[in-house]
Amino acid sequence: MSTIVSFTILGLFTGAAYAIAASGLVLTYTTTRVFNIAHGAFGMVMAFAFWDFSQRQGMPTWLALVLVLGVVAPGTGWLVQRFVTRGLGEGPVSVSLVVTVGLFVGLIGLAQYVWPPEPRTLPPFLPDRGVAIGDTYVTAHQVITIALSAVVAAALYLLLNRTRIGTAMRASVDNPVLLRLFGGNPDRVASLAWAIGISLAALAGILLTPVIGLSYYDLTLLVINAYAAAMLGRLTSLPLTFLGAMGLGILQSFSVAYLPTEGSLAGLRAVVPALFLFVVIVAMPQAQLRIGQVRGIVSAPVPSLRRSGGWGAALLGLVLVLAAAMSDSDLLLVGTAATYAMVMLSLVLLTGYGGHVSLAQFTFAGVGALAYAKLEEPNLYGLLVSALIAAGVGALVALPVLRLTGLYLALSTLAFGVLMDKMVFQAEFAFGYNGALHAERLSLLGRSISSLSGYVVVMTVFFVLMGMALLVLRRGVLGRLLIAMRDSPAACGTLGLDLRWFRVGLFGLSAGMAGLAGALFAGLRGTIGAADFQLFNSLPLLLLAVVCGVTSVSGAALGGVGLMLLPVLQGSRPELAGLVFAVLGFGAVALGRDPNGLANLAFGVGRRLEGRFGDTVRRVVPVLPLPRDRAGGDETTEIPLMEDLQEVGAHAAARG
Amino acid sequence: MPLLEVDDVVVRFGGVTAVDHASFGSEAGRITGLIGPNGAGKTTCFNVISGLQRPSHGRVRFDGRTITRLPVHRRSRRGMGRTFQRLEAFGSLSVRDNVRVARDIHRGLGGLVRPARADVDGLLERVGISAYADERADSIPTGAARLLELARCLAADPRLLLLDEPSSGLDETETGAFGALLAELAAEGRGILMVEHDMSLVMAVCDDIHVLDFGRVIASGPPGEIRADPAVQQAYLGYADDDRTQEIEAVIS
Repeated sequence: MSTIVSFTILGLFTGAAYAIAASGLVLTYTTTRVFNIAHGAFGMVMAFAFWDFSQRQGMPTWLALVLVLGVVAPGTGWLVQRFVTRGLGEGPVSVSLVVTVGLFVGLIGLAQYVWPPEPRTLPPFLPDRGVAIGDTYVTAHQVITIALSAVVAAALYLLLNRTRIGTAMRASVDNPVLLRLFGGNPDRVASLAWAIGISLAALAGILLTPVIGLSYYDLTLLVINAYAAAMLGRLTSLPLTFLGAMGLGILQSFSVAYLPTEGSLAGLRAVVPALFLFVVIVAMPQAQLRIGQVRGIVSAPVPSLRRSGGWGAALLGLVLVLAAAMSDSDLLLVGTAATYAMVMLSLVLLTGYGGHVSLAQFTFAGVGALAYAKLEEPNLYGLLVSALIAAGVGALVALPVLRLTGLYLALSTLAFGVLMDKMVFQAEFAFGYNGALHAERLSLLGRSISSLSGYVVVMTVFFVLMGMALLVLRRGVLGRLLIAMRDSPAACGTLGLDLRWFRVGLFGLSAGMAGLAGALFAGLRGTIGAADFQLFNSLPLLLLAVVCGVTSVSGAALGGVGLMLLPVLQGSRPELAGLVFAVLGFGAVALGRDPNGLANLAFGVGRRLEGRFGDTVRRVVPVLPLPRDRAGGDETTEIPLMEDLQEVGAHAAARG
Repeated sequence: MPLLEVDDVVVRFGGVTAVDHASFGSEAGRITGLIGPNGAGKTTCFNVISGLQRPSHGRVRFDGRTITRLPVHRRSRRGMGRTFQRLEAFGSLSVRDNVRVARDIHRGLGGLVRPARADVDGLLERVGISAYADERADSIPTGAARLLELARCLAADPRLLLLDEPSSGLDETETGAFGALLAELAAEGRGILMVEHDMSLVMAVCDDIHVLDFGRVIASGPPGEIRADPAVQQAYLGYADDDRTQEIEAVIS
């Protein structure tokens, strides 16, 4: 009996903290239409700030609390709304997701940089006080948390229903333009919502820290629990959100009490929130197609096949030369970069062309790798089957959210990533707990590619082939459909396209590409484990893809190299490890609005240099061809033919 | 039997009733106008008919079969096409590719194998926007973009066209030509249901007119009757300019 009571109280305590966090999430989402993936990360940073004030600097608890909840958190919220998320709500969902994922990664990096890893403790409020209910002892901290959640609920109710600005907040949900016409100020409303939202995240973080510890990741990931609760209220209803949070808290607490700690169900306890999120998403009603064009879509340049073929050949040549000269450890790095680049190609298809976001692309690579290792068919057939299995799993993830819009698809990939991380990959039938699997290198046409350099070249060939295939697809019927679907889903629907199955297919194809990359990676490394495909790695992957250019194959190549270099950089300068993430995260925040990214900028630099200095250089070197747009040619860049060269030679001779 | 029947449809958004027990229809080979002041619920009716909005009550029948709960794309495959009041062109594609996409979707897997080109240009020609064929759809004038939506619609060869304010953005000459095109499409046996604010055009081309006000159908009948209806005059001050109506009629005949 006392077990039930004590676990119920524990559940109510965590539920109360989730409720506080989730109501902040709902508030920011409903007023600005930006779903803040970094909500938990803000809570984490604020909990660290509170620790810094109250423990390191020795301020009184009340002062630290007032400073964090009343100044730092709302100030941060105001700044973020003002300079980062403003206007994102009207744009494509993919952009606001990428930007808030950028905040997520950036904040983790920032926290690691400002507060380097070391053991820290935060005492609970009123540590020596408590009350006994029967034979169960309830700490004052638990009572305070539960009471605070009720206070937050009441305060939010009063704010939204009894004040002018609260009414404006509710109006801003429906129509910000109309609100402006009636003399309201949507920006002020949005700033206030973000200020309150981040404060609530901070409060939840501070309340949970004494129980779960001051950790970068645990507090940040708590956000998944908050999503799950908020989802029950369809991201709009605060009462349902509170109900969801309390329900989830109790469910989680009971699963700790009653689920087995051994055997195949042992992983279940850790994934209760993710499962909860899945179930709620699946049970959501059909979403209406969005009418009204999405603003701020940037379209990608598409190079001609000849041109990209040339680049591919050049890349292959470069790798051939490098492979001959490189040490094995460097070759492994090149192979890893090729893997990452291929996974990024799968994001080019899904995010760059399709406008959908996957937060767990590495997990699909893991599925491919697992299938490849388990199949023990180290040949093209095994590779194909592994990719197909990953594609099937990808389609399966997209299937439950068939009826819903992009945001829910992204969130369900996150839940899927957690499930795979904690339950499947570590299970006995998969990699095993902290285990590893052996995978043979691929053999092509009956010949095994035993040398590392040969294998790296083969991987590069796969990357080039995948990139070319993607470009062919982009230029064809499917490519046009993808753009059409992104530009106006409503029009596609009324023209007869079944968007739901099209999306499942797209998701499956993208997961299959990631799976293929994973399978090749398994062959490269020889032994692979769950740690190679952690969910958290998928976020820097997404960010680097966007920063480098998620709309182009060259962006994927650049991003692959970049992602491979991240751990190298962090390994050589451990003190900068956090800073690297911070730069990447905030870089993505800055560049997230332009998915064409650095790759396009780099080509742009070439074009600008050409415009500025082209003529001067050509005067000195008369052989250089004119750029295509000025030469008036078609899309393909003409490589100067032998005849032209002869002609130029003749000119030179005549002048000479 | 009418091609389209909207039967006792109600749409509520929270406390607001946008469409209030509306019943009307549209017949094959005829042009039907749906008019009314701003906020009367015309576009909401279109959303209900095309499946973008589920009604709170009532039925929609197309070709004798109830389609109230049918998803958007299935309605299109049964022969329904629509344009949008707020443009929904595929902005980053060229005008020609906009129509091509529609054709590809309509032909299903066949379109994936062998995309069409010739008939796409024919459609652009027909609605009169060939000049813009290679331009990005978000860079052309509003009037042309509306015609593009019509061309895109026609690529799926629909039996019923739902046109939401198709003539706004067109000048007088273009409106005349557009009226002639509508008459031609109706003569091919297609049903046309049109929301339109240009009363001259409506009076000139429509065979039947339904008037919506505050979500209710307050009058139905041929143009002459509607024009004389006192309830309509009170609800809707968009009187037709008789001279222009005659001009448009002259162009059509």
